[in-house]
Amino acid sequence: MKTFRIGGVHPAENKFSAGKKIQQAEIPKMVAIPLAHYIGNPSEAIVKKGDMVKVGQMIGQANGFVSANVHASVSGKINKIDVQLDASGYKRPAVFIDVEGDDWIETIDKSNVIKRECNLSKEEIIKKIKDAGIVGLGGATFPAHVKLSLPPGKKAEVLIINAVECEPYLTCDHQLMLEHGEEILVGVSILMKALEVEKAIIGIENNKPDAISHLKKLATTFKGITIEPLKVQYPQGGEKQLIDAVVRRQVPSGRIPVEVGAVVFNVGTTFAVYEAVQKNKPMFERVMTVTGKDAPNPSNYRVRLGTYLAHVVEQAGGVPEGTGKIIGGGPMMGRSLMNLNIPMAKGSAGILYMRDEETIRKPVQNCIRCSKCVSVCPMGLEPYLLMAQSERNMWPEMEVDRVMDCIECGSCSYTCPSNRPLLDYIRYGKATVGGIIRNRNAK
Amino acid sequence: MEKLIISPAPHIHSGDSVSKNMTGVIIALIPALLASLYFFGLGALIVTVTSIVACMLFEYLIQKYIIRGEKTILDGSAALTGLLLAFNLPSNLPVWIVLIGALVAIGVAKMSFGGLGNNPFNPALVGRVFLLISFPVQMTTWPVVEPFSMSYLDAATGATVLSLLNEGSAAIPSAKDMFLGNMPGSLGEVSAVALLIGLVYMLIRKIITWHIPVSILLTVAVFAGILYLVDPATYISPLVHLLTGGLMLGAIFMATDYVTSPMNPKGMWIYGVGIGILTVVIRTWGAYPEGVSFAILIMNGFTPLINFYVKPKRFGEKAK
Repeated sequence: MKTFRIGGVHPAENKFSAGKKIQQAEIPKMVAIPLAHYIGNPSEAIVKKGDMVKVGQMIGQANGFVSANVHASVSGKINKIDVQLDASGYKRPAVFIDVEGDDWIETIDKSNVIKRECNLSKEEIIKKIKDAGIVGLGGATFPAHVKLSLPPGKKAEVLIINAVECEPYLTCDHQLMLEHGEEILVGVSILMKALEVEKAIIGIENNKPDAISHLKKLATTFKGITIEPLKVQYPQGGEKQLIDAVVRRQVPSGRIPVEVGAVVFNVGTTFAVYEAVQKNKPMFERVMTVTGKDAPNPSNYRVRLGTYLAHVVEQAGGVPEGTGKIIGGGPMMGRSLMNLNIPMAKGSAGILYMRDEETIRKPVQNCIRCSKCVSVCPMGLEPYLLMAQSERNMWPEMEVDRVMDCIECGSCSYTCPSNRPLLDYIRYGKATVGGIIRNRNAK
Repeated sequence: MEKLIISPAPHIHSGDSVSKNMTGVIIALIPALLASLYFFGLGALIVTVTSIVACMLFEYLIQKYIIRGEKTILDGSAALTGLLLAFNLPSNLPVWIVLIGALVAIGVAKMSFGGLGNNPFNPALVGRVFLLISFPVQMTTWPVVEPFSMSYLDAATGATVLSLLNEGSAAIPSAKDMFLGNMPGSLGEVSAVALLIGLVYMLIRKIITWHIPVSILLTVAVFAGILYLVDPATYISPLVHLLTGGLMLGAIFMATDYVTSPMNPKGMWIYGVGIGILTVVIRTWGAYPEGVSFAILIMNGFTPLINFYVKPKRFGEKAK
């Protein structure tokens, strides 16, 4: 069975919410829809206080190329446009809406009928995706229309769908595949058309045998789509790792996937593409997992954007006793949250409770040069060395030793027998070196 | 839940620890320890216990009164150094010489550089080589095998296979005896089979990778094999090279010491091939019959250089 060829770890999977049907989360009384994205410029609000909006109506316009439209996830009255603490830990602009009813814009097709035919041209598809504000749901929330607009002279050969869900605990993609497999495959065909490729490969880790067999069966009725079961290994969901695993090509340092002929989309994004193109439904909700070892009811919810996490947590039975840390996302790359008064954003894949005792980092010991960090690094870097350089402000050396290649997957810190905070220091060094490079290029 | 902890990812840890790795190596050494207790009896027990206790005690005292640093006495590394030092000594070595060896290993080779992780040379080997140079007679007088022997300083002595060959004698034990360890030698080095069981255990537990032991053993076999093919009358057969002296112990347990060996497979190969060549060169043309300790210490010295120049295979390099 295939997997990526350099490094990797296998943390306990703990997929407690696997097989739990996606439930529609209750619509809250008030939402705060973030206008800022993980990267790129925040969108510009095009509504003002007192305006009435419907579900699906655009409220924020993309500002610049790497930015995406934002749509109302509820119907009601704009309360204010203000800053709001979000999962990034910063206060950033958001649109606050007081909910009245659940009134959708007329253009959205709310029926459950699966629409397979798509006669739109490549340009029309990309425009629809752009209008619907679709961003990558895998975590980086990169605008989908930007990814579909390939640099001039570049040609994609294969579309790879990221359905590995390599983060422990999370199951939202898994459940989406089980419940909306056909829609996902229609979405894949639409993306293939937009990219003008003949071939699409869906990479799924083999800890989801039901999803693999389900999609395999469905894929026989679609042209050019194959399912590739992959050996469970973290971080297989990393874009470069997935391409290596599926088509055995390694994207060179500092390059983008299309240089080796591949374009990667997350499986959740693919479903959103289906909804946008076939059902005219903008991106205003997503599936997220609420889980943890002590979670009263590990489950998968479909949640409207801007819903405060506290509201979702309450429906899932509340925060369990003895929780010391709450993570937005998975345990390997997610962010720990200051509190639950944080609105759900397009990139929120999960809420994870960590027990008090799990949050305590063990005392740091000397590096014993066991080289385990080197052997698990999926980018072939030397984490022990980068940390030592970062501690000593050796920025030029860090650049030579390829700190910018680090994908911040955390395999090094996870593995270190001496409990050294390798990634903490590497991240700091990467940010500094990145700044130095940008300054140099600006000159 | 009033207070949530904020920290950067990753939020989970594998649970691996320094002491788990050190105890893992100690467990891997148990078969060889049992073999030496069988072959050399009481003497092996006295030397081993003295060495372990002395190493732990010296580390404790140095930390408490000189460095005043964090106590690392229970992480298993001092006990492991003690055990490995004992394995490199004859079982009839007087206690006071063992104590000097332990003091040099822990005090000079380990703690003076800053403790675990900072020593450029393998502490147990530094201790052993110091004793070999300081007490050449005691260090090269090996007791003959006597199962469950109750003698210690008064044990009957004999020469090792390599020293016999070095002096031109041709009376060597059978391959089976060499494989099981039925021959004179340092107390932990004789039983190749017991050491190999330890290797398998460490590979399964993923404490070490195969690169260093395999590269050393392969290099010795190939290099010694070529010499043997050229002139079987002058040179020792590769099988004798592999099964005698400290080669198995060195290749499996001494050269694979985390701190003093390279950090990636390519570097490990260079290091292992270097040790293999130096071992055969010293054994064949050097003054000492035994060369593994010197070979490993010399390559320890090259390890920082290897780490500086030899980088792991980067992702995307030479993409196909």
